[in-house]
This record gives sequence, structure tokens and C-alpha cells, in this order.
Amino acid sequence: MWNYTEKVYEYFRNPRNVGEIENPDAVGEVGSIICGDALKLTLKVEKGTEKILDAKFKTFGCASAIASSSALTEMIKGKTLADASKITNQHIVEFLGGLPSEKMHCSVMGMEALEAAIKSYKGGKQEKVIIGAGERIVCKCFSVTEAKILKAIKENKLHTVEEVTNFTKAGGGCRQCVGEIEKILKDYWAEAEHKSFEKMTVVEKIKMLEKVLSEDINPKLKADGGWIELVDVRGKTVVLRFLGMCVGCPSSSATLKNVVEKEFRERIDPTLEVEAQ
Amino acid sequence: MDNEKVIYFDNNATSRTAPEVEREMQPFFGEFYGNPSSMHFFGGGVQKYLDQARERVAALLGAMPEEIIFTSCGTESDSTALWSAVRAFPDKKHIIITKVEHPAVMNVAKFLESQGWRVTYLPVDEHGRLNLEDLKIALTPDTALVSIMWANNETGVVFPVEEAARITHAKGVLFHTDAVQAAGKLPINLKDAKIDMLSISGHKLHAPKGIGAFYLKKGSRFMPFMMGGHQEHGRRAGTENVPYIVGLGKAAELAASNLKKENTYVKGLRDRLEQGLSKAIKNTKINGIGAERLPNTVNISFEYVEGESILIMLSEKGICASSGSACTSGSLEPSHVIRSMSVPQTFAQGSIRFSLSVYNTEEEVDFVLKEMPAIIERLRAISPFADDKPLFGMDACQMHNH
Ligand code: FES
Repeated sequence: MWNYTEKVYEYFRNPRNVGEIENPDAVGEVGSIICGDALKLTLKVEKGTEKILDAKFKTFGCASAIASSSALTEMIKGKTLADASKITNQHIVEFLGGLPSEKMHCSVMGMEALEAAIKSYKGGKQEKVIIGAGERIVCKCFSVTEAKILKAIKENKLHTVEEVTNFTKAGGGCRQCVGEIEKILKDYWAEAEHKSFEKMTVVEKIKMLEKVLSEDINPKLKADGGWIELVDVRGKTVVLRFLGMCVGCPSSSATLKNVVEKEFRERIDPTLEVEAQ
Repeated sequence: MDNEKVIYFDNNATSRTAPEVEREMQPFFGEFYGNPSSMHFFGGGVQKYLDQARERVAALLGAMPEEIIFTSCGTESDSTALWSAVRAFPDKKHIIITKVEHPAVMNVAKFLESQGWRVTYLPVDEHGRLNLEDLKIALTPDTALVSIMWANNETGVVFPVEEAARITHAKGVLFHTDAVQAAGKLPINLKDAKIDMLSISGHKLHAPKGIGAFYLKKGSRFMPFMMGGHQEHGRRAGTENVPYIVGLGKAAELAASNLKKENTYVKGLRDRLEQGLSKAIKNTKINGIGAERLPNTVNISFEYVEGESILIMLSEKGICASSGSACTSGSLEPSHVIRSMSVPQTFAQGSIRFSLSVYNTEEEVDFVLKEMPAIIERLRAISPFADDKPLFGMDACQMHNH
């Protein structure tokens, strides 16, 4: 049996927002019975504000596909299309308290259905929008495009073919596409790693630092009641400010070097320095 | 386990150890812990229990006791057959198996293929049946081994292995059968069969997990898989797992005496379940219905729903079954068996296997019959395919050949 969280089970057992909205303003459909899972998302959108008034889903798939789709509808209701479009598969996974790695593609399917629905709304047509139509297909067994693979690699920091399969299904059938997936991975990471911190724009630098702060560093510090925020970036020096319980904490300078600087160096650039304001 | 009531319909995966088997094994964990290879009375005294177990297993298979080698499981027995054949005939570089073999045979064949052997995978038709004409055509002077399972673990479809063995032998080629699912459910008599090697597994017939047996016809060419000491007449080294061997012996004896019950009582339960499900739920398909099948197995597909979702809902009612489809195995496609039978895509993902045993009851069958329609109905209500509209989404995947 899979190791599903209680929340996944709960959303599988009692899925919220099952069904189809009559005369929907937006429809997103992804997958197919051949691919082994499929999701149809219908939305009611308020004209003018573009707020999602209602969202319903129908899913063919395993427990985590049903839970992911249901979770998605809950997450987007009440949001504007612009805000909803910021939802990534990682947010769905977080909402559910995690998914087994082999089931990540279920969350990706949710994100894609939403993307398709938004596109259909923008295009003013209720007929089906196929995400990736016309793009180059890498995995023929599951019709996975290169763009979809690249997006999954980038957003979920995937490094192996197995991970790509878990997130996109690509490579999960006859495996003929495995060589190509390997190449996409290699090229992506070669380029990503070359784009050193120095060459980033200021906005890119800030975004990158904020992301590491919020995803990797602050959750650790918050366990002890403190956190830090970004103040400035000067060349390769990152200036930070301690807040909460970290203020005046005698071991804050050790935290700065051993946790924060270490994390930044590992995740962004090995030559970064940090200092406290 | 949180379920008070357990309805266990997954006996092709593993079966409960019979209480009689457990009792018979017990003294060999305590009192009789000697090593049968020892020269002293204390170890040697254990030997006669091994002999008795060997006789009992031989009796179940219609074989001679000296033709039985104890192994650790069905997988070891299968590996022994394949590796022995290719090593006993180093000049021959071809083997024949079927498309629906258990991974214990399939993955060894695939490995051999990657190492330069030629492997023929015999196809099956939509009922899961084999056409022996395909076997005749595939046999060549270069063939070292034909390995065809006796009965399929997922669908229960029974293959005509005795006939296949005759065809194979006529060409001077070794024949192996994986009889893990057949033993104890179908009568087996190897005395006059042209079968050179056969595998069985203890835990499929109410012995514990971790014990198996390998039948090697007297006079067959053989190379041991495990080398070391002189145990099992040098055909399988390693200190004998005495308690488990004793357990397997008892299980074989029980299985032989239960054979009739398998084909009357268990088959009756199976038919009740199968017919009840087909009647109560529309758009179902019994896989392998046109073929001879094991008396205990039903593999049923429910259109437009997915197997894992059904399994979890069954499991919450205390019902244990299994699904060869997509997500349960961690791989993303329906099982190779279902795919080989060209089951339509709309059915293939929602395939469930119920496999029964003599320990199941009519009440249990009726409980499943009571619960199942609501489960399928619930899932179909969520499924985007289940209403009367044509399938959406086909185009995305239809761009390619499946
Ligand atoms: S083409 Fe990708 S797995 Fe078959």
C-alpha cells in the first residue's frame, strides 16, 4: 500500500466539489483513459473581477489523483484567476501534507488542468484546450512534451529520470524515451548551474534568496520561534536581519554561518557571504 | 491492522499458514534444532523429517522424492531452472517463455536477452490463451529451454503445459514450468509428463513464506544455482531450513487432500462471486473467461474506474484483493498480463483480482457482493468518462500508437 497522509485519504474518501458546473465559464481537461489518469475541471468565473466563484472536478485515477483534484478545487475557489494561476503542483502537494514520490504526477495533472481552464477562459471558448498541443513530444507512451518535462525539472528541482517519471509519467512505459530525458536533464542543469549568482539580475538574486529563505531556512528557525529577513545584497554579500526569538540570541552568529550561509552556498553560490544588520 | 473483520481474497499473493502446518513446524524451532548434515544422533535425527517432507511434496506432484529439491521460494526455483538450462547448454543461445510469465521468469529472461541470448515471448489471445502452434514455430536447434507457467497468477488462465512439454521434448529441448499458482489447485502428475523442471512456492499453498521446492526430472541435465555444501545431493547448497521444509511437507499433504474441495467448494464460491459481480454491476469484463482457469481466481475489470481507488475502498471495508493495474505496483501502466490480452483501454485500468482459498466462506462472498456495487458507483460518479459522452482526452494520447 502507498503511504498516503491522512489528508489524502480524507480527500479521497470525501472529495469536495465533485461534478461538473453547468454552463461553465472555463473548462480544463488533461490526461486520458489511455494515460491512466484524467481530470476535468470546470469553473464559474465572475466577470470583471475574474474571481473563481465555483470549481468542480471529475477525475479518473488513483486515490492521490482524486485527492489532488479535489484539493485543487478548494484551493482556487474565491481566488482571482491571476492568483490561482500562481498555484504550482508543489502547493497541491503541501496542501495534502505530501504525496508519495511516485504519485507526484497527480499533482502536476491538477496544475495543468487549471492552466488549461484559464487558457480556455482567456480564449473565450469552452472547448477543450490541450496544453502542449503542437509542441515536441518526448515520451510517446504518455504524450509528454519537452516543455512539460522542463517545467517539472525546473519547478521541482528534479535530477534523475526516475524523478521525471514520477512527476510527468514520461519514461514510465516502454522506456524508449529515457535517453532523451537524460539529455534534457543534463542540458538543463548544465545551463542552470552556469548561470552563476553574479550574472543574475537584482530581481533574480532577490527571488532566489527569498525562496531559499522561505523554503529551507526559515522553517528551521521558526521551530525555535525566530526567523530572518533579507535586507540587502551587496555584490556577493547578503545582508540579513534576525527577528523573533533570534534577536539577541547568543548563538545567532553561529546560526548565521553554520545554517544560513551554508544553505545559501549549497543552494545558490559557493562563494556567497552573509552578514547580520 | 485496524480492520476487525478481514475478508482475505488475495490468496494468489500469499495465503495464511494452515494451523496444522504451524503445529507441525513448532518443535523444529525448539526441541529438534539439529542440523541434518551433522554426524551425531541429534542432527541426524532430524533427517527423517526432511525425508517425510520430501515424500509429501513428491506425492502432491506425482514425482519421486529424489526429484524434489528444497529451495527458499518460487523465485529461487524459477531462477534455478533458467540459469541451470543456459549453463547446462552453453552453446545454445535461445530461450522461449510467454508474454505473461511472472517476473521471476520474465526478468531473468530479460536479463539474458540483455546479455546476448535470444528470447521468444509467446503471445496470448484476448482470453489469455496460448497457441501451441506458436511454440512449434519458435523452437530451434539453438533453443536451450522453454519455460511456460502452468497457471497465470493474475487471471488464473491455465496453459496446456503437458502438451507444450511434449512438443518441446520432441525437439530435444528442456521444459520448465512455473507451477506456483497451479500446485494445490489443479491435479499435477509428473510421472508420465515430459516436464523436466517445475517450481512451487510454499506460501501460495498455506505453508509459510520463505520456502519453495524445485522438481528436477531424474536424468535431466542440471547445473546447480547455489553451490557450496553437499546438501540436497549437491543440487542446492545451504543448510536446510528444517522447520519450513517440514511445514511445506505438511502443506503439500493438506493441499493434496483439499484438491477436490478446491474444485468444488472454492470454485463454487468463486463462481458465486464472479456471477454476482457481473450481474450487479454493469460494464464489467471477466478476464480470461473464455479459457480454462484456476478454480479460485477471478480477474474482473470495471469500465471507467481505476484499480487502486477500488482497492482502497475495498480495503476500508476490510476486503483484501489486488489490482494488476497501473498505480498499485508503482509502475504506471496496466499489468503486462492484462496488456497482453488486449483488454480494451477503458477496462484495463480498472482490473481487480480476487483469489480465494478453502478458508473463505459464502458469507464473505456475499459481503463483497453487497459492498462492491456502491464502490463502483461512487467512483464512476467521480469519473469523467462514465457518463454517456464519448471519451474526452483520447486525442492527446491518440496521437501515438498504443
Ligand atoms: S516513449 Fe516514453 S515510456 Fe514509452
